[in-house]
Amino acid sequence: MSSSTPSTPYVANKPKDIPTAEELRARIPGWGVDLDPKDRPSFPREVFDPAGTGAHWDYPEEQQGREGRERSIEHGQLTPVFGTSVPLKGVSGSIRRYAYRYSEGRAAHWLLLLLGDRVDAWGSHVASFATLRPDNPITETGVLSEGRRHGLASRFGKGRADVNHSWIDPIVVGGPWVVATAGAALAARAIARHGRH
Amino acid sequence: MKAMVYRGPYKIRVEEKPMPKIEHPNDAIVRVTTAAICGSDLHLYHGLMPDTRVGHTFGHEFIGVVEEVGPSVQNLKRGDRVMVPFNVYCGSCYFCARGLYSNCHNVNPNATAVGGIYGYSHTTGGYDGGQAEFVRVPFADVGPAIIPDWMDSEDAVLLTDALATGYFGAQLGDIVEGDTVVVFGAGPVGLYAAKSAWFMGAGRVIVIDHLEYRLEKARTFASAETFNFAEYDDIVVEMKKTTDYLGADVVIDAVGAEADGNFLQQVTGTKLKLQGGSPIALNWAIDAVRKGGTVSVVGAYGPIFSAVKFGDALNKGLTLRMNQTPVKRQWPRLFDHIRNGHLKPNDIVTHRIPLEDIAEGYHMFSAKLDNCIKTLVIANPS
Repeated sequence: MSSSTPSTPYVANKPKDIPTAEELRARIPGWGVDLDPKDRPSFPREVFDPAGTGAHWDYPEEQQGREGRERSIEHGQLTPVFGTSVPLKGVSGSIRRYAYRYSEGRAAHWLLLLLGDRVDAWGSHVASFATLRPDNPITETGVLSEGRRHGLASRFGKGRADVNHSWIDPIVVGGPWVVATAGAALAARAIARHGRH
Repeated sequence: MKAMVYRGPYKIRVEEKPMPKIEHPNDAIVRVTTAAICGSDLHLYHGLMPDTRVGHTFGHEFIGVVEEVGPSVQNLKRGDRVMVPFNVYCGSCYFCARGLYSNCHNVNPNATAVGGIYGYSHTTGGYDGGQAEFVRVPFADVGPAIIPDWMDSEDAVLLTDALATGYFGAQLGDIVEGDTVVVFGAGPVGLYAAKSAWFMGAGRVIVIDHLEYRLEKARTFASAETFNFAEYDDIVVEMKKTTDYLGADVVIDAVGAEADGNFLQQVTGTKLKLQGGSPIALNWAIDAVRKGGTVSVVGAYGPIFSAVKFGDALNKGLTLRMNQTPVKRQWPRLFDHIRNGHLKPNDIVTHRIPLEDIAEGYHMFSAKLDNCIKTLVIANPS
């Protein structure tokens, strides 16, 4: 048998060390002003008020340019309005379009989209070298802010939990380039050897 | 026009892009004055969000001036100063008619599981965002609102997501008077959630993070008790100890997909992208809340599966509540709080940078350099 007096939660009382409403109201600006759940903006979660949104249509006019726009197969139709930021194109576009054959409930859908993202990024980097503005990993990663924004002082001696994995980031960013460069060098050497024989 | 564009994981730059056009009769074109970098932008920046395309412009927190309106726009005119919720929504679908603006069904053909969001990949509809000089704003009669004359511009931009989301997160907790509320994450959303928990009658508010400068802000801005999880072997046990082994009544996950605290989850979730993020904070929330308690999730997660301790949530009888924030529903009450002096949103802003410097701004925010909490991007000096 324990010698100490049992306390919450082993007995029914609530913890005793919660300050009173008066103490909290005096200390915290605005304490308790939204105390009544029924008076909160998101209560209840669903409020049927179609007239209160500003919409003056039952169904919006449909945006033009609908042909070929990819959509989730969980949609019964293409939505009347959609974004046009970056239309599908190239190899990555084909991968992404294929991904949209699968529902959002299938891992294949999301994994193919991620594959499309990587192909898009690698292809765009390579293609940028044929332009007047090739990718610049120094400026585009913003890594120069390490010097301007106290990179070392911000990280070390602060007890930060992310220091144990942040070393992986340069590998994630630069690793594929190192592998690709090494592969290209090996291929070039093999071709040169083949030419000598 | 100049705009931030994505070039692949961890790489962005400012490019000249064509001016956005009116593509629908209820569109507006807004000249962005101020935008912000959100913690959830980092998920895109790190390549975590599927269907993030090279050339996409991020930015779902922005304010500006109406430059042009489509022929059916009735509520806005050229020259109006507007704040734009991060949600793109139609106002008339099944979900919008019920106040679920963040779950609109008429704006995102790419997915049914999420509504439309500015500058947040094609998985949320493929809309370019506001980290640019100009942006297309669909349904101009529904989402945007004219910024009141009395409102500080920086407060207005913070209302477009971070403040509204923090406040919404506290509401999802169903806080009752005297509750102990734990908030994981002392970033902008966590700070606002902690502050908002007091409005709803919390008896104790505890904020957990590993960045000491952010915990200091939680103490001064949100009057919260703080715990640095990096200083403890097991933060869940510490939460049990500080609540007399009961657990917190409400826990708010204001961290989301890039939580720290478990190496394996970090590597599989954020480096290798094998999960929809690393659900460390969510798992801690599930374990730190009391049986029968509520876990509110406003930290953003990707659409892929995550290793969440669902069995504990079941066995503890928890209520799990979550959503993207229906921003505009929060505004009237938050306007009151600002006017009544209950909070000053831009107290958490640490950096203001020109659009041209946005690559360094992202790196600084991602790497948590220079005591960065919230960075505003000045697109067009007003």
